[in-house]
Amino acid sequence: MLPKRAMSWSEYMTLKRGAYRVFMLREVSSLFNALYMVFLIVMLHDLRGPKADYDAFLALLWSPAMIPLHAVAFAFALLHTITFFNAMGKAIVIRSGEERISEGGMAVPAYAAWVVATLFVVWFLGHG
Amino acid sequence: MARSKEPIVWALFGAGGMVAALFGPILIFLLGIAASTGLLGAAEMFSYAHMRELASYPLVRIVLFGIISLPMWHWAHRFRYILVDLGLRSIRLLVVVACYGTALALTAAAALVLWQL
Amino acid sequence: MANEPKETVKLEVFRWHPEKGGEPSFQSYEVPFHKDWVVLDALNHIKDTIDGSLTYRWSCRMGVCGSCGMMVNGVPKLTCAAFLRDYHPETIRVEPLANFPVERDLVINLEDFLKKLSSVYPWIHREKTDSLAQELRQTPKQLATFKQFSMCINCMLCYAACPIYGHGEDVIGPAALSLARRYNLDSRDQATEKRKDVVYSEHGIWDCTFVGECSTVCPKHVDPAGAIQQSKVEATNEFMLGPFYPRGKR
Repeated sequence: MLPKRAMSWSEYMTLKRGAYRVFMLREVSSLFNALYMVFLIVMLHDLRGPKADYDAFLALLWSPAMIPLHAVAFAFALLHTITFFNAMGKAIVIRSGEERISEGGMAVPAYAAWVVATLFVVWFLGHG
Repeated sequence: MARSKEPIVWALFGAGGMVAALFGPILIFLLGIAASTGLLGAAEMFSYAHMRELASYPLVRIVLFGIISLPMWHWAHRFRYILVDLGLRSIRLLVVVACYGTALALTAAAALVLWQL
Repeated sequence: MANEPKETVKLEVFRWHPEKGGEPSFQSYEVPFHKDWVVLDALNHIKDTIDGSLTYRWSCRMGVCGSCGMMVNGVPKLTCAAFLRDYHPETIRVEPLANFPVERDLVINLEDFLKKLSSVYPWIHREKTDSLAQELRQTPKQLATFKQFSMCINCMLCYAACPIYGHGEDVIGPAALSLARRYNLDSRDQATEKRKDVVYSEHGIWDCTFVGECSTVCPKHVDPAGAIQQSKVEATNEFMLGPFYPRGKR
C-alpha cells in the first residue's frame, strides 16, 4: 500500500486552487489588524510624554515610505471584514419555520453594523 | 475523548474578529491612508491635543481597550493555526504559548497604557 | 463500435500495483471524445477495450453511491459527474483520492474514514427499546433542522480536500462531523452527549480552521464546513453557559 498523498502547504498556497490561496490571505489579514492596534498602543503610550515624541512617531507612521504598508493593510482589513461576515453567515443558522434564512441573511445586519461603526468612528474622531 | 477547552480562545477569536471587521478598515484608512496623504483632515484627528482630550474620558478608554486588545486574540488564534499547520506540529505547545502569550502581553500593555493616561 | 467520434481526449492515469511495487507512474490513454461522456465512462472504456488491468471503484454512475471519487486535474471529484467536455481538449489527469493510502491504481484504503465515521455513533440511538406499535414521529420542521446534513453519500471528497486531514493523524474530518451534527439535531436521537464528547474533542471540530474546501467539493451540498462552524458556536455557548445551557431537543 502506498502512504497517503497530501498536498504540502506551500503547494496549497502557491498553486493548485485559488481557494487555498484566499484562505492563506484571509489568515494573514489578522496580522495587519493587530499591527495597527499595536500602533495605537504606541501612540497612547506616547500621549503621556512630551508632544515632540508623540509627533515623531506619527511623522514616521505617515512618512511616504509607509504609504504602501497602509494601502496593503487596508486591503487586508477589507478582506477580513468581507470573509468574516461570510463566515458568520455559515456559522449562525436562523430559521423561519422550515426554511433557513439564507446565508446572506446574517450578513445584512453585519454590514449594517459595519456602516454604523464606520460612521461613528469618523464622527467621534472628527467631532467627538 | 475529553471535550476541549478551546471555546475559551475561540470566543476571543470570534469577538476579536468582529471588532476587527467593524473597526479595522476605517481605523486603518484614517490612521494610515487618509492621515498620511492629507485626506479628510484626518491628521488633525490624531493630534496630540485632540487625542489627549478624547482619552480623558474613562468610557473612551474602556472602549479603546476592547477595540485594541480583542483583535490581538484574533490574530494569535489564526497565527497559531497557521504555524502548526505549516509544519510546526511537533512544538505546537510552544507555539500555543508563544501566540497567546503575545496576545496576553499586548493586552496587558494596552491596559497599562490606558490606565496610566 | 458504431459511430466512433473522430475526436479523442487524452487521459493520464495514475498506475501502481503492489505486486510490482516501486514508484507509481502515469499511463496515457487516448479515448474517444463523446460530448455526454464523463471521466468514469472514459475509465470504463479504457478497462473494457484498452487496458483491463486498470483498477478503480465505481457503482451507480449517477452520483448517489459515493464510490467513484478520484482526483481529476488535482480536484476531488466524482468521476461520474466530471464531464469530458469540461476538460477537452486538455489532457485529463486522474489520480486516486488525496489524503488516503493507495491500495492499487485508483483504489484508496478508506479504513481511516470508516474509523472516524464510526467514532461519532452515526445512527439513531434510543435509551430504551421502543414499542414497535408506534413509529418515532417527527414534524417537517424537525426534519428541516438536520436534513441537509443527512444527504452525505460518504464519498470522501471532503477528506481529500481538507488540508488539515491531509496532515493530521487523528483528525476526525468533515463528513464524520457533519453526520454527528445530523444525528445530534435529529429529534429522535438520544445520544447527543456521547457524540459531543467526540465532536468537541481536540481532533473534532477544533482542528478545523474553516478553509471551506470541503463544502466547495461536496457533490451533495451538505456543507460540512457550515456544520462544523455551527458546532463550534454551539460548543462555545455550551461552555460559557455551563449548567444554564438549554439541553434537550426541540
